[in-house]
Amino acid sequence: MEKIEFNQLQEKLFHEKLDNGLEVYILPKNGFNKTYATFTTKYGSIDNHFIPLGKEEYLKVPDGIAHFLEHKLFEKEDGDVFQQFSKQGASANAFTSFTRTAYLFSSTSDVELNLETLMDFVQEPYFSEKTVEKEKGIIGQEITMYDDNPDWRLYYGIIQNMYRNHPVRIDIAGTVESISHITKDLLYECYGTFYHPSNMLLFVVGPVDPVKIMTQIKANQSKKHYDSVPEIKRRFEAEPDEVAEKKQVLKMNVQTSKCLVGVKAESNEQSGAEMLKHELTLNMMLEVLFGKSSENYHELYSAGLIDDSFSFDYSQEKGFGFAMVGGDTNDPDRLAEDLEKMLLLAKEGNVFTTENLERTKRKKIGTFLRAINSPEYIANQFTRYAFNDMNLFDVVPTLESITVDELKAAAAKFIAQERITVCQVVPKK
Amino acid sequence: MGVLSESILDVNGMKLHIIPTEKYKTNTIVFKMKAPLDKENVTKRALLPHVLQSNSKKFPTTSLLRSYLDELYGATFHVDLGKKGEYHVISFSMEVANEKFLSDSTPLLEKAFGFLAEVLTNPNIEGRTFNQTTMDNEKRSLKQRIQSVYDDKMKYSNFRLIQEMCKEEPYALYVHGQLEDVDSITSEILYEYYQQALAEDELDLFVVGDVKSEEVERLAANLFDFKKRTPKLIDRKGDLNTSDVKEIKEAQDVKQGKLNIGFRTNVYYGDEDYYALQLFNGIFGGFSHSKLFINVREKASLAYYVASRLESHKGLMLVMSGIDNKNYDQAVSIIKEQMKAMNAGEFTEEEINQTKAVIKNQLLETIDNARGMVEILYHNVVSNENISLDHWIAKMDQVTKDEIIKVAGKIELDTIYFLTEGAEQ
Repeated sequence: MEKIEFNQLQEKLFHEKLDNGLEVYILPKNGFNKTYATFTTKYGSIDNHFIPLGKEEYLKVPDGIAHFLEHKLFEKEDGDVFQQFSKQGASANAFTSFTRTAYLFSSTSDVELNLETLMDFVQEPYFSEKTVEKEKGIIGQEITMYDDNPDWRLYYGIIQNMYRNHPVRIDIAGTVESISHITKDLLYECYGTFYHPSNMLLFVVGPVDPVKIMTQIKANQSKKHYDSVPEIKRRFEAEPDEVAEKKQVLKMNVQTSKCLVGVKAESNEQSGAEMLKHELTLNMMLEVLFGKSSENYHELYSAGLIDDSFSFDYSQEKGFGFAMVGGDTNDPDRLAEDLEKMLLLAKEGNVFTTENLERTKRKKIGTFLRAINSPEYIANQFTRYAFNDMNLFDVVPTLESITVDELKAAAAKFIAQERITVCQVVPKK
Repeated sequence: MGVLSESILDVNGMKLHIIPTEKYKTNTIVFKMKAPLDKENVTKRALLPHVLQSNSKKFPTTSLLRSYLDELYGATFHVDLGKKGEYHVISFSMEVANEKFLSDSTPLLEKAFGFLAEVLTNPNIEGRTFNQTTMDNEKRSLKQRIQSVYDDKMKYSNFRLIQEMCKEEPYALYVHGQLEDVDSITSEILYEYYQQALAEDELDLFVVGDVKSEEVERLAANLFDFKKRTPKLIDRKGDLNTSDVKEIKEAQDVKQGKLNIGFRTNVYYGDEDYYALQLFNGIFGGFSHSKLFINVREKASLAYYVASRLESHKGLMLVMSGIDNKNYDQAVSIIKEQMKAMNAGEFTEEEINQTKAVIKNQLLETIDNARGMVEILYHNVVSNENISLDHWIAKMDQVTKDEIIKVAGKIELDTIYFLTEGAEQ
């Protein structure tokens, strides 16, 4: 077991890669009551076209199947895993993103018992035709719940504007129609391909003894047999750099309009330190441009175009990336126009100064310290970073290394007219 | 020492709560102002914190104010509003890095305190009025905030249930105030209300982090000087109880129906049977092992979410679910059946123990978060009680099956609200 120390942060991280390929990380957090553990596979909604384990041909699976599988893994022949966790005083949950599916629990007692339950339920699937059919009703309601949610529709709307072919454009939960094609055999096929330990990461954070926890995890894993498997083959169609649609207007049952302006990243295969630097630089760029202390924010707010729902974000994974800026507004067309102008002006670089860079660095460093108060943040983000060959604990030194010239260069490269798109939600009446 | 301990001091018109802990990389400061909810002032109270947080005399624009916070290693500062029973609570919260985790060792806690005092007590006024541009901007934002409840159907249906159920009570007021009152609030009126609120509200300042009590006390005493006051209390037992069950259906252009059901529990935070009520709620609908989740979602496959929660200071239990419009009758009848089952004592010792374990876990997890700690401690302020978390947990652990059945007998169905698909009336 390897021990990695972060002196400035006063944290120690323990790591080991097990014989079956599983990556295990343990971060002791004294003073906390709860232990939080995530067991995550590098398998999300975008992995819909791949060669199933033991097969030769590519298979395209129904939209929403990774999320469906996440739901179904909680059900076993003898009942529901939620029940078991709560009998053990824990609360369990799971989520599916574009690139990951995570199963988790948190508990303030019986940590070892709960950890055993977590590993076993994720590694012992039980799917039947009957329970698969029943789940379609439940997930159908999850999908209609999001259909009525204007922020959700706006978010997917802008991603669909950006991507023509890439499966990031597909709703993670799929549609009522697409999930009707899911069968137990398809679930087993996805499970077999993506839930091998070598495609997974287990993270435990809390008031734990790392040696004891690692010993327990190894004992549990050594009882289970896994053949070594070839690398997973996923297929993604080529994606043009320019956006698929310049503008989309969704008419919904709302009283206030909403507007998002998106910038699609040029396609890239970045990972590791290069990706970390790129992602942090673009987040810093957005903060300088649109943060509450920025000129732009002041201008938009004074003009009555935005309110406190205004936000911005840049996110990137292997094969796709995008920035979004916007919020609720009285004048969605003028907001779109102003935001686009502000972005194109930033491309010229004059807005970036040593002063606003240094101030934003401080802000980002403080934000990171605040984030790592949260065991949930640490486990989930560490996993996301690790799946992209990055290290969460490199965030502060990387932020510190960013220069004004790098910021200017990143903005000049990232922002381009043909990669800007607009999505709006407006009242029906 | 208990699982959560605070020291409480009277300092210049407010109560100072200090909760020292080494587990965070940041320090948290929360200032709370509490007053009885009333129609006359609710909109002013909703506007006031947003005007105050925009700028101050020393930081006359939002850009300057926010730049200063960025310099303090991205100290966060935000305001929010809440209803705790029939009280309206304004919170100003700050979180600032603990400099021991930074390469730069400027003392940040003192600066954060200074900042909070500046915003609260040195506003950007001209004579006896707030800056007009700030007023205009914040009135516009407030209107949008009030309207936005309509666009989030989950929030909207909960809001409508409360509005119908508590029609004759102040609790029906929306936490962000009333749209029709915004325009009439002038700078003069708001400034007058600001002075009144600072003079009359019950004030509490919470400080959580790796801090020294003497230092916090010194900072608070030097920076804040409010007048002594006797907080206004309301008689919470005066709640209305109607004998008839109200059933309200509202049609809108929605795909999913939203079912919200309100019960009167007739039990309040601090009551002897409050702990039994917590168990009742946990077994009935609070968790994913509860009767509602099992029967409405897992067995009948009708919903993705279905849960109940308590409003402890108002004596309410609220059930919410998203269902297909055609399944209304079936969902309501399953929920009523589960209520009957609870009354008839159809739950096992195992369910009781499971629920106790999960409630305890939830509380201990909540206090891993600084804001969570503050919210738990604030229950005592709202109810004028002094219940330690250890005592709370011990009392909850002792609850028997008979006590849960007894408390079930006190719970009354009041209103069923359904937002359903159709042409708007």
